[in-house]
Amino acid sequence: MVEFNLPKNSRVRVGITHPAPENATNVKRFLIYRWNPDDGKNPSVDTYEVDMGACGPMVLDALIKIKNEIDATLTFRRSCREGVCGSCAMNIDGTNTLACTKFTNDVKGDVKVYPLPHTPVIKDLVPDCSQLYAQYAAIKPWIQTQSSPPDRERIQSQDERKGLDGLYECIMCFCCSTSCPSYWWNSDRYLGPAVLLQAYRWINDSRDEGTGDRLDELEDPFRLYRCHTIMNCTSTCPKNLNPAKAIGEIKKLLVERQ
Amino acid sequence: MDPANRPLSPHLQIYRPQITSVLSILHRLSGIGLGVGTLLLAYWLIAVAAGPGPFDFAQGLIGSWVGIVLLIGWTFALIYHFCNGIRHLFWDAGYGYELDTVYRSGWVVVLTSVLLTAGIWLALVMVSGIL
Repeated sequence: MVEFNLPKNSRVRVGITHPAPENATNVKRFLIYRWNPDDGKNPSVDTYEVDMGACGPMVLDALIKIKNEIDATLTFRRSCREGVCGSCAMNIDGTNTLACTKFTNDVKGDVKVYPLPHTPVIKDLVPDCSQLYAQYAAIKPWIQTQSSPPDRERIQSQDERKGLDGLYECIMCFCCSTSCPSYWWNSDRYLGPAVLLQAYRWINDSRDEGTGDRLDELEDPFRLYRCHTIMNCTSTCPKNLNPAKAIGEIKKLLVERQ
Repeated sequence: MDPANRPLSPHLQIYRPQITSVLSILHRLSGIGLGVGTLLLAYWLIAVAAGPGPFDFAQGLIGSWVGIVLLIGWTFALIYHFCNGIRHLFWDAGYGYELDTVYRSGWVVVLTSVLLTAGIWLALVMVSGIL
């Protein structure tokens, strides 16, 4: 359902400001979305003035510095700090990306940090991704075969293996799905770019024998066809993958098999 | 914490408008505009059939500056929807998904729509002397 305004309990208040230390020379302001499940208040945007002279280059470095030195209650997910785990996906400076691969210097002016858009918030920058994971499970992301198992590995030619390039690199950070207006309005029924890219990853796997069933499952006005080629997904992907193209390929396959 | 009471994170309010999303919503808005514009056309045709009185009234309405602005908007909507529709046909055929192509084709559509709209109205003014 299209709902442009935030629900009452989600409207954002102006929060508190944590000023920079007096000897700071290179101050950058971080405006960060906060919500505490325990105090019964609405979310707020708190301001943190960070001394960039004593901070690493990435937005994640600043978040960790804030948590260590300014406000230990700031909550966010992070793990690998090198763009392979997808934990620190969030909305920075208006688009979704990974905090660990986003240079603070690339942001002009204040750095605005929000959780992934249109998701239920667990705390601060931590979104509830249960629905996204359930949708991922729904496309059966494993190899499906009817033929009897071979005595050794299932062999792929080099060309067949190339069919997985641009698909297998996805780290499931859900930057793309939560950048998609169509997914915002229809996330209960539309699978969204991240999950559809994964669906195509298995459709395009030469070893998989479940293509027909997979396409049957996707041939639906909502699951697949809520994609209107807006292209926010491809434009925001921190791994430079192309979910919109993968969805286009699925649509083509559905036409070709008619 | 009851998960049902979790706040929804901001979306439209904070997501940066980009050439991708802006042209997409413009495609839909221009489609709606064309629907409304077709009603205007139908009204004009009915006025033509209804006789000189209603026809003069309709001409006055459409010839007023509000009418002219609406007509220019309608021309732009028609051409933009047409050009961006061609872009969508390429996507449907599986072409033009690379990000730089998407940006480039988007700007080509915007530029073409503006130039064609301006051209059509310039020609109209020169031929008919309206405005």
